Amino acid sequence: MKTKMHRTVLGAAALSAFAFAAPVLADEDAELIVNGDLSIVTKTAAPAHLSDSLDEILSGWRFRNDDTQVMQMDDFDNPGMLGADVGLDQFAAVMGSEGKSCADCHDGPESLSTVRATYPKWNEAAGEVRTMQMQINDCLTNQMGAEAEKYDSAKMLNFEAMLAVAARGTPVNVAIDGPAQSVWETGKELYYTRFGQLELSCANCHEDNYGNMIRADHLSQGQVNGFPTYRLKNAKLNGIQSRFKGCVRDTRAETFNPGSPEFIALELYVASRGNGLSVEGPSVRN
Amino acid sequence: MASGVKPRVKVPKSAAAGGTITIKTLISHKMESGQRKDSDGNVIPRSIINRFTCDFNGQSVIDIKMEAAISTNPYFEFDAMVPEAGEFKFTWYDDDGDIYEETKDIAVA
Repeated sequence: MKTKMHRTVLGAAALSAFAFAAPVLADEDAELIVNGDLSIVTKTAAPAHLSDSLDEILSGWRFRNDDTQVMQMDDFDNPGMLGADVGLDQFAAVMGSEGKSCADCHDGPESLSTVRATYPKWNEAAGEVRTMQMQINDCLTNQMGAEAEKYDSAKMLNFEAMLAVAARGTPVNVAIDGPAQSVWETGKELYYTRFGQLELSCANCHEDNYGNMIRADHLSQGQVNGFPTYRLKNAKLNGIQSRFKGCVRDTRAETFNPGSPEFIALELYVASRGNGLSVEGPSVRN
Repeated sequence: MASGVKPRVKVPKSAAAGGTITIKTLISHKMESGQRKDSDGNVIPRSIINRFTCDFNGQSVIDIKMEAAISTNPYFEFDAMVPEAGEFKFTWYDDDGDIYEETKDIAVA
């Protein structure tokens, strides 16, 4: 680590002598293989609904620097796996007044391996689009008699991390037609709406300028296939909608809250932009 | 006992006699520094892992003293020479007196 940093500093000094100090960029051609045997699709053709705007979609993993990329290639080095482990314990723990655990109804996380890739999803009985967290809360309150968890709470993200591991490597495939379509359209409109004093829409950074630097940040496509994400900056798992909130805040706008109808619609739309990428959570990002 | 503490260790199952192996260790721990205050302004008491050791067949491999500025879930990666088959013993010492232990056997191929 120390020698590597030393080398980078020397490299930057050498470059500046030639008057072009390029920032240390990620290796966008690297391939992600977890634990030496699980290949993750981090680059693929864009889904049909994006044909006007993007040719290919890229996981955020490709935009991170070498050290961060390597952390996600081994489960022991991936701090997000700690959350997934706790999620497994929570899965087996009895919660609520009914004296039931998740494991009483579900045959282990493997039986839920399609969940992460297909949510947010239309729920016919409830007549609404539900994110994973809404569905988990439905189980907690209606089946187990437990208290609902707050949106993007640590416990909720541990559940999500566990479900992401169960689905890891499978392609994201959220449905955008049928009854979910109107919500998806709302999400699409939000994605292209400029917010805040800086008047930035999601698309301004993540569609028009991915790969470029916005000051010190290397802009990705803003894909959510890697969530929940362990961020080195706050050393914990982060949820999709909390991340949206951080982005909208950075445009100097009043933000929507995690769990709000706007963010649920946006989550569905952004997830659909990643249709075809592998589920890779819990991912490691900066 | 601090909650959610779980040691994890990764050691190869076998090594060449006299060969060098890489050991990775991680313990989930909140590593509360003792410098922070809660929402009522009261200092949150320090609670960290203050020492980590690794022994091989009773012989010290590494002995680390840790301070309050070390972040949550401390991770150590180090190399060790394996002269013979035996057992690695890892020990973490918590501020509250708890000791967490983990052992791994290694064969010589």
